[in-house]
Amino acid sequence: MTFNQLTTRQSNNSSIFAVGAFLSVFLLLGLLMASFAKDAAIGHQAMTFLFLGGAFFVGLCMWAGNLIDRDPFDESEYENTLVKWGVFASIFWGLAGLLVGVVIALQLTFPNVFYFPELGWTNFGRLRPLHTSAVIFAFGGNVLLATSFYVVQRTCRTRLAGGMWPWFVFWGYQIFIVLAATGYLLGVTQSKEYAEPEWYVDLWLTIVWVAYLLVFLGTLWKRKEPHIYVANWFYLSFIVTIAMLHIVNNLSIPVNLTGSKSVQVFSGVQDAMTQWWYGHNAVGFFLTTGFLAIMYYFIPKRVDRPVYSYRLSIVHFWSLIFIYIWAGPHHLHYTALPQWAQTLGMTFSIMLWMPSWGGMINGVMTLSGAWDKLRTDPVVRMMVVSLAFYGMSTFEGPLMSVRAVNSLSHYTEWGIGHVHSGALGWVGYISFGALYCLTPWLWKKTRLYSKSLVEWHFWISTIGILFYMISMWFAGIMEGLMWRAYNEFGFLEYSFVETVEAKHISYMIRALGGLLYFSGAAIMAYNLVRTALGHGEATSLDEANDPLKTPEPRTALAPAE
Amino acid sequence: MSNEHKDIDDHSGIETTGHSWDGIKELNNPLPRWWLITWYITIVWAVIYMILMPAIPALPGMGTNTKGLRNHSDRDLVAAAVVELKEARTEQSATLLDASLEEIETNRDLQQFALAMGESLFGDNCATCHGAGGRGAIGYPILADDVWLWDGTLDGIEYTLRHGIRHDADDDTRFSLMPSFGRDKLLSATEIDNLTEYVLRASGQEHDTEEADMAAELFQQQCASCHGADAKGDRLQGAPNLTDQEWLYGSTRQAIHDTIYNARNSHMPAWQDRLDDASIKALAVYVHTLGGGE
Repeated sequence: MTFNQLTTRQSNNSSIFAVGAFLSVFLLLGLLMASFAKDAAIGHQAMTFLFLGGAFFVGLCMWAGNLIDRDPFDESEYENTLVKWGVFASIFWGLAGLLVGVVIALQLTFPNVFYFPELGWTNFGRLRPLHTSAVIFAFGGNVLLATSFYVVQRTCRTRLAGGMWPWFVFWGYQIFIVLAATGYLLGVTQSKEYAEPEWYVDLWLTIVWVAYLLVFLGTLWKRKEPHIYVANWFYLSFIVTIAMLHIVNNLSIPVNLTGSKSVQVFSGVQDAMTQWWYGHNAVGFFLTTGFLAIMYYFIPKRVDRPVYSYRLSIVHFWSLIFIYIWAGPHHLHYTALPQWAQTLGMTFSIMLWMPSWGGMINGVMTLSGAWDKLRTDPVVRMMVVSLAFYGMSTFEGPLMSVRAVNSLSHYTEWGIGHVHSGALGWVGYISFGALYCLTPWLWKKTRLYSKSLVEWHFWISTIGILFYMISMWFAGIMEGLMWRAYNEFGFLEYSFVETVEAKHISYMIRALGGLLYFSGAAIMAYNLVRTALGHGEATSLDEANDPLKTPEPRTALAPAE
Repeated sequence: MSNEHKDIDDHSGIETTGHSWDGIKELNNPLPRWWLITWYITIVWAVIYMILMPAIPALPGMGTNTKGLRNHSDRDLVAAAVVELKEARTEQSATLLDASLEEIETNRDLQQFALAMGESLFGDNCATCHGAGGRGAIGYPILADDVWLWDGTLDGIEYTLRHGIRHDADDDTRFSLMPSFGRDKLLSATEIDNLTEYVLRASGQEHDTEEADMAAELFQQQCASCHGADAKGDRLQGAPNLTDQEWLYGSTRQAIHDTIYNARNSHMPAWQDRLDDASIKALAVYVHTLGGGE
């Protein structure tokens, strides 16, 4: 063991103590919060934090106590266990978030049936942010954590930096999810869409996120490849920008240091603009660049072909991140927002179309020479269909940002349909594709438990997405037209409630679509668990007759060619 | 770098960048031409749009944001559209104001206008409680039938619209109060049970004759002053007819018992402070023609 290795090992081991000490400080703060709670909600939240943080702390102590003479952060091996946890968390939160989505779709369809006044927390107003946060931040966030930790290690040919800190990031993020989710159910919200958690949860996430950034940067810093792979540019842009968006949009002053309520520092149209600068770029940098990073690793890896164009990846990366950040005002067309800002939001959205498509082109064209895999490998098909949905929704987005179109589409179900073609089609499918790749790779299996179950997942979910999208297009355009319909005397033709009533059938089809999509994800969960357990076709890699059929996971750090 | 050092992809014959990450290489393909051209077109279009429309904020020294060559302003357009709509309606609105409610109903053109206006207003203001088309709901009277609690004439409907029902802020509001016989301990539990049977019998429903008979005298003492000796109600007091099949809060034994025990006394706001006179007139005509106007 060289001196360098020894010092790395010492700093890695000291990270266990650092995380433990760091955690105890916050547990102490949590204890103070719980003791001096100004309202019932924060008392509940503080107790939840104490319970989860305490469990993490105890687990950490027990684990560290058993280490004795073993290096837990062996630099000659990748950190795989954490990524396995990430895969598990992704599946769990994905199912939870989708299920809540089905519930609220049913609440909208049959408001008298799925209404439980004695159970206040089942109210649509509380379950809706639970759904959006669960699918975006809990499911999407865990997929991003897991894949980024997996990809950055392989493409930098080095173990994750920071020793224990990546574990802090993972478990800290799960604590954030539970605090946010239980907070919504308790009625704690700062009423900002996709940024509902109150100030103390925001602060906790900030700490976790900065740790994530440092772990990622640290890993890039000690890479053993001369260049940084494109997927890592995308991951880094996602981590950095989300940090900036999260901090600025959540600037607020707590009413009381041990109370759950805070007051935003922005007000009026400035608040609206900040919110949609955040909201739009959460789509741009969480749901787009983050998942493009997944695409840039898993598609070429899975189809075993080189990325189509290095130049395209550079040009579309920089143009995407430069232009995306300006497009937020298109969420506030025809509002009190000054018109010059609306113009900029719209024109930058139009200019964003091709930069967005650059990722689709690069992904799809990577298949050239391996088109047959679309037929033979349902996982590849899922990821390519994901790119098709990405292309469709990144065309639809600029289209809807045109003010004349927006005057019809805004506030209607068209927006919901647009979001879900991107979320279910693009984000969902590229994530499922990555999970289908990761599970056999991480658990060292030759292949998945069942390929035909992937086919079932693919087709059931695809039909679900189409039901969802088409019913929402129909409902959205219909209600948009109904809202603006005047009769011959110049009075509005329809009252609002009539436009709601007209959507009933569309709502039923949407709920069915959501149920199908959830069913597909449940099939995937079953398939992945059986794969990890080594059932069915998922034989262990060592015993496989033909290991070339799936990419060999290189746990030991072999040099790249 | 000489040619033999270049890494060429076998399938496409395209050179790679020479790097490899975990086995992933990158081809050195140029930007797709159609992609680049389309992007340029969107940029040119965006620049033209920014020249035509307000686009640049008021930077220091500019005083105001750019107005664009088209000098477009949403606010001005909305203001103009509102004026235009008002003008289009003015003539008939004025006639509506001058005409009596009866005249509106008999003048076909005026009636059509009032009904269109009333339907639009009803949808946004009244349907929340009374349902689309006045179909009613538990606790909210049906306006599309000929059963009226207070008054079903044109003038009566207009009065209700203007002053509301049990609306404290309006001195002229329609007002009556049924006592909470059970909650305020005005009657015993047995008496309320018996009265319930009496009301069930009055409306021709299944009942206990013995108990109903026992309440006959009680009904005359406690209820008849409003609901009438024959239980057919009194519209001057908004007291409902108890002998028909129309029930605002349900006709079951439990619902009637609840009504006697707690009383109901629902509210309707006075609309004369919220809607202008023409709107109230139009609404009165609309409600009157829904089905049961008198």
